[in-house]
Amino acid sequence: MDLPQGTLDLLILKVVALGPVHGYAIAQRLQQVSRDVVQVQQGSLYPALHRLENRGLLGAEWKETETGREAKFYKLTRKGRARLESESASWQQLTEAVGLILRLTEGDA
Amino acid sequence: MANREEKLEKELQFHIDQRVADLAAQGVAPSDALRQARMEIGGPEQVKEACRDVRPGRWLEDAWQDAEYALRALRKKPGFAAVALLTLALGIGASTIIFTVVDGVLLKPLAYPHPEQLLSVNGRSPGWNSAVFGEQKLAYPDFRDFQREIKAVDLGGWVWDSATLSRPGEPESVVVARASADLFSVLGVPLAAGRAFTAAEDAPGGPPVAIIGYSKWQERFAGSASAVGSSIVIGGEQRTIVGIANQALRIEDQEVDVFTPVGQYTLPFMLGRRAHPVGTIARLHPGASLAAVQQQFAAVGQRLSVQYPNTNKLRTFHAVPLRPDVSGVQSTLWLLIGAVGLVLAIACANVASLLVSRAVSRERELALRVALGAGRGRLVRQLLTESAVLSLAGGVLGIALAAIGIKPFVALWPGSLPRAEEVSLNWTVLLFAFGISLLTGLLFGLAPALRVHRLHIGGRTVGGAPKRLHGIFVAAEIAIAMVLLVAAGVLGRTMMRLARLDTGLDSHNVLTGRIGLSAGTLANPAQTRAAWDEILASARRVPGVESAALVDTVPMRQGNNQVGYWTNASLPPENERPLALATSATPDYLAVTGIRLLEGRFFDSRDRLGSESVVVVDDVLAREAFPHEDAIGKHLWIGIGSDPARVIGVVGHVRHWGLATDDAARVRSQFYYPFAQVPDPLVRRWSELMSLAVRTRVAPLAVVTPLRRAIRGAGGDQVLYEVRTMEQLASGSLSRQRFLLVLFGVFAALAMVLACIGIYGVLAYLTGLRVPEFGVRMALGATGSEVMRLVLCQSLGMVAIGVVLGVAGALAASRALARLVDGVRSVEIGTVAAMAGVLALAALCASLIPARRASRVDPVTALRSE
Repeated sequence: MDLPQGTLDLLILKVVALGPVHGYAIAQRLQQVSRDVVQVQQGSLYPALHRLENRGLLGAEWKETETGREAKFYKLTRKGRARLESESASWQQLTEAVGLILRLTEGDA
Repeated sequence: MANREEKLEKELQFHIDQRVADLAAQGVAPSDALRQARMEIGGPEQVKEACRDVRPGRWLEDAWQDAEYALRALRKKPGFAAVALLTLALGIGASTIIFTVVDGVLLKPLAYPHPEQLLSVNGRSPGWNSAVFGEQKLAYPDFRDFQREIKAVDLGGWVWDSATLSRPGEPESVVVARASADLFSVLGVPLAAGRAFTAAEDAPGGPPVAIIGYSKWQERFAGSASAVGSSIVIGGEQRTIVGIANQALRIEDQEVDVFTPVGQYTLPFMLGRRAHPVGTIARLHPGASLAAVQQQFAAVGQRLSVQYPNTNKLRTFHAVPLRPDVSGVQSTLWLLIGAVGLVLAIACANVASLLVSRAVSRERELALRVALGAGRGRLVRQLLTESAVLSLAGGVLGIALAAIGIKPFVALWPGSLPRAEEVSLNWTVLLFAFGISLLTGLLFGLAPALRVHRLHIGGRTVGGAPKRLHGIFVAAEIAIAMVLLVAAGVLGRTMMRLARLDTGLDSHNVLTGRIGLSAGTLANPAQTRAAWDEILASARRVPGVESAALVDTVPMRQGNNQVGYWTNASLPPENERPLALATSATPDYLAVTGIRLLEGRFFDSRDRLGSESVVVVDDVLAREAFPHEDAIGKHLWIGIGSDPARVIGVVGHVRHWGLATDDAARVRSQFYYPFAQVPDPLVRRWSELMSLAVRTRVAPLAVVTPLRRAIRGAGGDQVLYEVRTMEQLASGSLSRQRFLLVLFGVFAALAMVLACIGIYGVLAYLTGLRVPEFGVRMALGATGSEVMRLVLCQSLGMVAIGVVLGVAGALAASRALARLVDGVRSVEIGTVAAMAGVLALAALCASLIPARRASRVDPVTALRSE
């Protein structure tokens, strides 16, 4: 299943919110958390990360990983955290509303 | 930037390395692991490009990069770049020159401060035909009444005059404006030095003062500040200079040499309300309403018509916003805009077809770049940038061309270009030039850019599409060139036809010039007449002069006197009588001009004041007034006197309005009356108009200097000015046609050369594509000349379509020319056919080189290269 438009940003923000993390780990995490159901096009992951960074929602710094290599670690900025909260809230509302409609039509049928 | 690129690379590399490590841990073979990792991420280069795309300011960076790349690409193909740049520079340069003139003449506001407050005030009455005589100006007392009574405006007025400026320096006839004291403040142009006239000076018997024009000041006083306070002698009167006019000051587009106060001008025609010589401009007070002021003019005019029924009964007054008078050049400018637009269109088509050819030969490169991750939008943008760089470079060159060319162009303008001093390169013009450069760049860049969307990765598109596109370009260029060629041809034929026309005179060895009589001789009519006799006698004594005569209106020079005539005593109202051109002349006029005497006699010494009034008519008037009858002995009721004049002779018609214009002129009938019979009260006025005409045995310009010296008179202050040979006047009457012919000729030649370059380029490219095909054909037995014919046929096909389209355009264009240019007859099939032939021939010549190249294709090489 492909990701609905615009949800990739939300998922990235959510993953990064758990703590500083590099791109590869984000890809892995997204894959695991979504239990391999959602296919994140890895090709679109990096442009999305860079876009969020350019908009000031993510910060980035280069740090060594546990294996001793330098990698780019992303973390949430204050602006990013605020965006995450508002986006999650509206996502919640949307899914509830859609669920409600779907149940309604089932009941009518 | 490099740092940013390195980091991007490092980040992706880290991702891939991690993935490979993970996959290896899962037991995937190392080589497979790398491949899988790269595939999962979807091509590292594409990802990088996508990451760059989200950077802020990316477009600017790209534009810069594209521009650099475009410059490099242009440098690599200097031949292509030179042809394209030259084409564009010519197209943009020519358009910029024409636009500069349009801007200065038609678009710029008047060069007075707050021109929107200025009104032009004129009269109207039923008998006055403003199409013939121009706007009716104001009678001097009427002007003063308006000035006194209408409080919401300031009125400034002037009366045109000419007078001899006899000190300091050589005596010379100069342009005089008799101006009201307020004129300078109304126009709002401050004096360069000194002051304007005071109210006390602007009154009968006021102190003798003058304001000198800027150019005359430079000329006579070498720009010295001490001129203010020194004196000049103008019209025989000594006057003190109180001010120097601003360099920029023009009145009715005319630079004035000397201003004198109008209030001191007390000739009878100034004091009455019948004549209306005062040009009037009003400046609205801030906050005053135009409509209210217009009503006030109407109301005061109404009152005057009641108060002075003799003169003002049917006269009304109108104040309208002041506009520059450019009616004479508007149609010429429109024609030039049309022509230059066509040249620009050809230039665009040419560069577009060059670019398409180049784009096609670059298809592999572009396909490679798509494969390497370039987005199509990105490629389109790059191609557009390339054409923008090209067009801007062409624009800069074009502006340089325009900067060089604008002065000679204005100098070439026939007659005087109104507001010529306003014509200059300025920000508006630069904006225009860059605007059309970008627009043309976009237009011709679009065709190759759109092709990107049909690009197949890893393949070549060789199909019908580019061929058809090229065919369209060639046909369009040929069609446009055809329009311009036919227009130039029509103008050329017109010129040839007009130049062969008979002027009605023998213009060889005839010299004319106006004469400013010495002010002292104007005191009484007898003295004035004696002065003229003296001038004729002195002129005849000049060696090389065969005969001499005086005349008020010289054929084909500006100026005419239209008078209503009637053939019996029951005269209809003045404005219902047929009009004729009235010319007053002395007896030798026929001998000087060579006008043919058809019947009867011309004037001689018997025709003088007090003897029977006589006229000589031309054959046009004779036919019009006395059809199927002999005109000799008949009577004509003309002009002022109630006595009829007897027709004593019939002469040939003279093309008074000029070679081109006379046939279509509204008033063609002519009659002549003896200068000797001009009544005493009018002698002074007539004397301001008279010209001397002499027939010479030698080259006419050789007698100018001795003639000048001979007519100086006792006071040494009589001057000869506006000296022209009759041949100059005749050829000058065709100057507009000649000017248009030269420009259309240049534009047409330019169009033809551009179209030929276009055809050559397109055919060279198309035959290049067909080399393998020709190889096969020749291998199968086709001869070189058969292949050549093949190529020429292809070219002829495109040219034929262009010519057919062009003929339709040319017919429309020549109709427009016939409407706008005197003497042009619309659509001459011969011209169209000749021009089609010329164009087809030129196109064939341009096709010959690629065709010959095609015919020399070596089948073996051609097939091997495939």
